[in-house]
Amino acid sequence: MLGSCRAELLKLRKRSAVWVLFGSGLVLSLIFGYLLPYLGYATGDDNPQTDGVPRADILRGMLPERVIDNTIGGYPIFAGALALVLGAIVIGGEYTWGTLKTVLTQRPGRATVLGAQFLALGTMIAVWVLGIFAACALCSIGVAAAENGSMSWPGLGELLQGLAGGWLVLMMWCLAGAVLAVAFRNVALPIGLGVVWILGIETLLAGVVSSLLPGLKWLANVLPGTNAGSLVFSVTGMAAADAPPGVRDAVGGARALLTLLGYCAIFAALAAWTTRRRDVT
Amino acid sequence: MQRLETIRVAEYSDGRKSGHSSWPTPYPGLDRQALGMDALVEVSGLTKRYGDTLAVDGVDLTVLAGEVYGFLGPNGAGKTTTLRILTGLIAPTSGSVRVLGGRPGDSGVLGRTGSMIESPAFYPYLSGLDNLRLLAEYADVPRARIDEVLELVDLTARAKDRFSTYSLGMKQRLGVAAALLKDPELVILDEPTNGLDPAGMRDMRRLIRDLGADGRTVLLSSHLLGEVQQICDRVGIINAGRMVAEQKVEELRGEQELVIRATPREQAGSILAAFGSVRRYDDTLRVKVPAERAAEVNRALVEAGIAVSELRSAERALDDIFFELTANEETAHAG
Repeated sequence: MLGSCRAELLKLRKRSAVWVLFGSGLVLSLIFGYLLPYLGYATGDDNPQTDGVPRADILRGMLPERVIDNTIGGYPIFAGALALVLGAIVIGGEYTWGTLKTVLTQRPGRATVLGAQFLALGTMIAVWVLGIFAACALCSIGVAAAENGSMSWPGLGELLQGLAGGWLVLMMWCLAGAVLAVAFRNVALPIGLGVVWILGIETLLAGVVSSLLPGLKWLANVLPGTNAGSLVFSVTGMAAADAPPGVRDAVGGARALLTLLGYCAIFAALAAWTTRRRDVT
Repeated sequence: MQRLETIRVAEYSDGRKSGHSSWPTPYPGLDRQALGMDALVEVSGLTKRYGDTLAVDGVDLTVLAGEVYGFLGPNGAGKTTTLRILTGLIAPTSGSVRVLGGRPGDSGVLGRTGSMIESPAFYPYLSGLDNLRLLAEYADVPRARIDEVLELVDLTARAKDRFSTYSLGMKQRLGVAAALLKDPELVILDEPTNGLDPAGMRDMRRLIRDLGADGRTVLLSSHLLGEVQQICDRVGIINAGRMVAEQKVEELRGEQELVIRATPREQAGSILAAFGSVRRYDDTLRVKVPAERAAEVNRALVEAGIAVSELRSAERALDDIFFELTANEETAHAG
């Protein structure tokens, strides 16, 4: 298993598409977490960009005490979509290049190979989360230093809870991409379907349910995006009014955590079951 | 070169060992006990069905330890499907398969088998070296072995280039290097000379012969009859999913014939009948007699006053036999 993990990490480390995705996630986090708010803050209260939010509040949102909000605030939607793309290209690539047969004719069994792929993806997502956190922390320090803001940081427990929650959200979407790639033995279709689901359908469903079909609220509350947003909401403690798109208090933190763990288990089990049973042609 | 322990006794699912006297030989030409060899691959009644399509239909196949076995058949005959089953990539619909005494796809079996199935498939963004490095990680092979196999297939100079920049022949050679990475007892190569230039084909054939000479067992699939004839000890011929023959190459090619053009032909025929069975073929006579007796045949004809304008040995090429066998099979199906 260790050798398989090392092999999977080597593949991920050397694949430029992985770093492009990580870079995109990081840049988007910095743009929406720091660049745009700072422009709003610098141009004053009366700028429509700030939507009437006092400049002090905007500044507070960029200081170290809110670093976790900025690190994982975008995970339920845009970073989640990127994580889904990551899962789809890594697992789907094995089918489109035909490398699955090469790997499966080495020593390890199918479950071991898939397990190693998921472990490697989990490791890389942890690196990604830590990378975004480090970049956000540096920006927070810079803003605090430039604007004489507070340098107080969240407690270690809050930091770890926030980072772990963010990791789980991305891992869940990554596994969703992986299971779609296994199902379709492809890259393009899983990405298309997955991204449309994350960015469009789930939001649409939540809107339709809340306005037209309130009796189906339970259904909306078991969807992966809803729970991802709820987990991020609960570990950041941001106000509902400040929450970025996709982050909402639809369900409690504990329930969201269990639901996301359940999705991870289901996606991983489905991928393993299919991979083990199916012919590699 | 590091060698893995060879397990010479293959055990059947019912507990019998390979070479057991009560085990029926799949084809009359094969007698494992007489050959003093054990079977590393034993396939019996193998069938693979995809919906309504029968890709492999009741195939029996035996590959003995230390031999180079040619698996011959036209495109679409079922060669690759059979090899995929042997490497555990696809599951058979029915039939029994034992590879190195175990089930295809088992970790222990895969660790002792090197294979290249269909086209070589590697990560295009990685170099040849990195592709082999990661396969070495999967298979738990020491890194020093990577240099050895790169050297073996003459890819050392281009090892650090991306796989996507390789020519078809280089990709093929990297595939063979990957198959040899584990220093396997059993090497399964599916059309390994595809895409190689004549020099590359010659080198590949030499490499495969060397593998056989080194005591390894090689199962080589090909649709190139000449290639199989040059390299292999035994051949199995598959057509439309069915095995139509499995024999030593010499046995398959049958008895040697002498081709004789002589006048008068009738009189020549009656003299030649004393040497062996005679048949007419175009304007020549063909007599089943070894080439070593050609001078004796010539003397008998000349002493009888017959003018001999041509006398030569005619070996049946594998091509002729192959087309004969596959045509018979098709006729049988049509009937």
